[in-house]
Amino acid sequence: MSDNGSNGTGFIGASLKRKEDARFLTGRGRYTDDINLPGQLYAHLLRSTVAHANLGSVDTSAAEAAPGVHAVFTGPDMEGVGGVPTGWLIHSKDGSPMVEPAHPAMAIGKVRHVGEIVAIVVAETRDQAREAAALIDVDYQDLPAVASLEAARADGAPLVWDEADGNLCYDWEVGDRAAAEAAIDGAAHTVSIDVVNQRLVPNAIEPRAAIGNFDPTTGEYTLYTTSQNPHLIRLLLGAFVLGLPEHKLRIVAPDVGGGFGSKIPHYAEEAILTWTAGQLARPVKWTSDRSEAFVSDTQGRDHISTATLGLDEDGKFVGLKVSTQANLGAYLSTFATCVPTYLYGILFAGPYTTPAIYCEVEGVFTNTVPVDALRGAGRPEATYLLERLVDKAAAATGIDRVDIRRRNFIREFPYQTPVALQYDQGDYDATLDLALEASDWDGFEARRNEAAGRGKLRGIGISTFIEACGIAPSAVVGSLGARAGLYEVGSVRVHPTGSVSVFTGTHSHGQGHETTFAQIVAETLGVDFEAVDVVHGDTNAIPFGMGTYGSRSLAVGGTAIYNAVQKVIAKGKKIAAHLLEASEEDIEFADGNFTVAGTDRSKSIGEVALTAYVPHNYPEGLEPGLEETAFYDPLNFTFPAGTHVAEVEVDPETGEVELVAVTGADDVGRIINPMIVNGQLHGGLAHGIGQALLEHCEYDDEGQLVTGSYMNYTMPRAGDLPNFNINHNTTHCTHNPLGVKGVGEVGSIGVPPAVINAVVDALSPLGVTHIEMPATSQRVWQAIQAAQAQD
Amino acid sequence: MDDFQYHAPSSVDGVLSALRGADDGKVLAGGMSLVPVLKLGMAAPSDLVSLRNVPGLSDIEDHGHCLKIGACCTHAQVAASSVVQERIPALAAMAGRIGDPQVRNCGTIGGSVAHNDPAADYPAACVGLGATIITDRRKISSDDFFGSMFETPLEEDELVTAVCFPIVDRAAYAKFENPASKYAVAGVMVAEGDDGVRVAVTGAGAGVFRVAEMEAALADDFSADAVSGIGVSSDGLLSDNVAGAEYRAHLVTVMAKRAVEACG
Repeated sequence: MSDNGSNGTGFIGASLKRKEDARFLTGRGRYTDDINLPGQLYAHLLRSTVAHANLGSVDTSAAEAAPGVHAVFTGPDMEGVGGVPTGWLIHSKDGSPMVEPAHPAMAIGKVRHVGEIVAIVVAETRDQAREAAALIDVDYQDLPAVASLEAARADGAPLVWDEADGNLCYDWEVGDRAAAEAAIDGAAHTVSIDVVNQRLVPNAIEPRAAIGNFDPTTGEYTLYTTSQNPHLIRLLLGAFVLGLPEHKLRIVAPDVGGGFGSKIPHYAEEAILTWTAGQLARPVKWTSDRSEAFVSDTQGRDHISTATLGLDEDGKFVGLKVSTQANLGAYLSTFATCVPTYLYGILFAGPYTTPAIYCEVEGVFTNTVPVDALRGAGRPEATYLLERLVDKAAAATGIDRVDIRRRNFIREFPYQTPVALQYDQGDYDATLDLALEASDWDGFEARRNEAAGRGKLRGIGISTFIEACGIAPSAVVGSLGARAGLYEVGSVRVHPTGSVSVFTGTHSHGQGHETTFAQIVAETLGVDFEAVDVVHGDTNAIPFGMGTYGSRSLAVGGTAIYNAVQKVIAKGKKIAAHLLEASEEDIEFADGNFTVAGTDRSKSIGEVALTAYVPHNYPEGLEPGLEETAFYDPLNFTFPAGTHVAEVEVDPETGEVELVAVTGADDVGRIINPMIVNGQLHGGLAHGIGQALLEHCEYDDEGQLVTGSYMNYTMPRAGDLPNFNINHNTTHCTHNPLGVKGVGEVGSIGVPPAVINAVVDALSPLGVTHIEMPATSQRVWQAIQAAQAQD
Repeated sequence: MDDFQYHAPSSVDGVLSALRGADDGKVLAGGMSLVPVLKLGMAAPSDLVSLRNVPGLSDIEDHGHCLKIGACCTHAQVAASSVVQERIPALAAMAGRIGDPQVRNCGTIGGSVAHNDPAADYPAACVGLGATIITDRRKISSDDFFGSMFETPLEEDELVTAVCFPIVDRAAYAKFENPASKYAVAGVMVAEGDDGVRVAVTGAGAGVFRVAEMEAALADDFSADAVSGIGVSSDGLLSDNVAGAEYRAHLVTVMAKRAVEACG
């Protein structure tokens, strides 16, 4: 076996077709809403229509009397049930813990954002529940709302929470403030930037759904839910909300149609549906529609930042200081607090050797939908700020944009950053060189001139970035406030005839785990790809797990599976040694065969498995069976890195931006399935391009969502995207046996600054130096107008 | 969506009598505007009267001086029609850029005209080309038909059955789309025919409108330069998260210029 876990059977590294696609492409996926239980009732959730109000009377009598209605519950009915918990405790600069307000599953006394749940109506049919909900008379006693960071932090602003002065949840910092400020003060050049990282709506294709069920004969609750992490939901719902022990609470997350982070949190709906099923001893289903999803799925990003970079005379970065306000929404969602802190501030070294870095973040409450992880989660926000700032630094110093990056690259590993992370490996010159060549960077001026002849302003932009994926290890994140571990669990069950079931605590909602993990097991165990199936998404089937987010599934979950395979092989060697009448130490395993070293005597994994389950001739004292479980707690984050190049053409008359080319040169670690990896890159790039050019979640001053449908929230469409030019330069992660890093978030982290840098480059002849995301036609046109007015 | 009574009569008279017998009846053609409104609960008609079984509403006829297009012709049908492509290519091109393929394969000309969405493309095509709206009982000129948003002179029980487009010497439509909805932020149909020059704008205002100053300039000198310096006032123009009134006003001039250029 090679050092990277390969047995040479060729499954790792092959673009095998996805096992899951047979059911997805033929409409046979089984999503939560496809599940119907005997005796099932339907719920409609009445949601607040106002952003901030005292709740006067909530008169449910007419709804209760409506046809088909079984029950109506409001917040006070659930009093005594626990609140929805937060997964990460952040401490402020002064050591004080963050303000952590109560989060009742349904509103009690006040509503704090449009879409907050006021009541649940349960009826025989979905229509009956919805029609009855319209009969509920809610007395909203309006309060002034704060819908933006500016409004929330203004002097005398209305308070979302009485206990949060200035609407401040925390005032966090990382890095050495004095060192960063001193370095900037003494720098030959300083460059500053103000940037907004706009709020986004996640828009998974499958809206959320939940079915609560309760079996009064066993006392067992079951929740079917659209989750990226069923065990985490069991932990939070059981331990913190309903007070149920694990063996009485089963969470099933079946096929899930995309998450992008919005299906990580433990949602109030999950608690309400499970509790209601218990109250009625009947299954109860709720399915969100798209309009509901816009005001009830967690949203992403929403930062305002100002930053200053100091450079020496040679263009070396000497100090960086970042001050950010992060909108957390009205309630603290599961990972709301750590996304703009420990997934953000620690990214500011990027691929550069900046010796002194300081970042401070105010987490701010507003009367808006809660904010949580969204594809990249903190890392896109950091990367966008840093890569815009580096471009501004290049412009200010007159140093070429590529050259200034190269002058500052980290080249010695491991590298300890001034903001906590230690990078184990990387080759940033290699991905930069690859991207420059693949994008024909040097030939750009000719393309710019050609476009000018057509009346178009052409620009090119670059971003060189790192990510931190597979957040770890548990002891470290625990010391930083995480209320859970961040290990993963894999079980490998070799059946008597040699086929294999793999159980993973990660969850696949588009990533292709059923294929990728089967490739790892098939290769390392030397069995056929078709002989391996992967099971996920059911707490009654899987030993344990932490789920899928932060590009962790392969690096952490895949490693757990790999380690379980090694345990299987170790046990197999004992069995083979017995069968072959050889010493265990002399048994070598390769290509699915246990062989006595230096001989042709061997037993296949199938023969060994059969022996393990029919142990007539068996080693004394060894347990029968061939099934092993591994818990893997990673030693460090993984650090994918890369260079993205974007090329745009701007129509100066309309401000319209056409994205004409995107080139990626990515180091995502060892690649198990190139087709799936490229698919992930394509999806992430589309997501990042959506942020750069199209998507913007907007609220009005009263906290009403302005962009609450696809009529005015612009998702990227195929026609908005060029063909992607994807290239790979791989270095292996040094601290996991597969050498893998992560890929799911690369595009949404790396590409937005490349696109905006390209737009600014296109407009720079007109004097435009910055443009906010999304660079919509109107925004670009206005920037051109403003620049021309200054001439 | 609330419950409603569904009717699918097989004649225009059957449609009219179903409408008259309903408390609050609505005609259902392609449903591309009506069904989303129903789903959002913004309308709850008692009865929907479908045109799907009414014969003869999907014909495209060449009457020499004009094309008569049946009310139930889909946008895709108009876009793909060889007669329309040959006789009024600007109309076929306009229909081919409405919404997305799903909308074009369901949405109809009659539905679009009767709905009079201020950002729809057909109102500009009708007014710009000088079309006549034909109903079960009368003919209405486009200039009289399209009021402010969603307003038309149609009676409660009146059905658009066809639209007649005069053959013009030259015409072109230029549109700046809302990137999310694909409706027009500013769509301009420019045409020159027996009726003179007409410039009709959709998407920018509360309803389709003509720009007299541009029409006069083009009558004098049919060139892009003739309109490129003519602005429209932003007063009264629409403003939303995609485009404010000033930007829309600017786009009207740009789109008018491009439409003239496209006339060749």
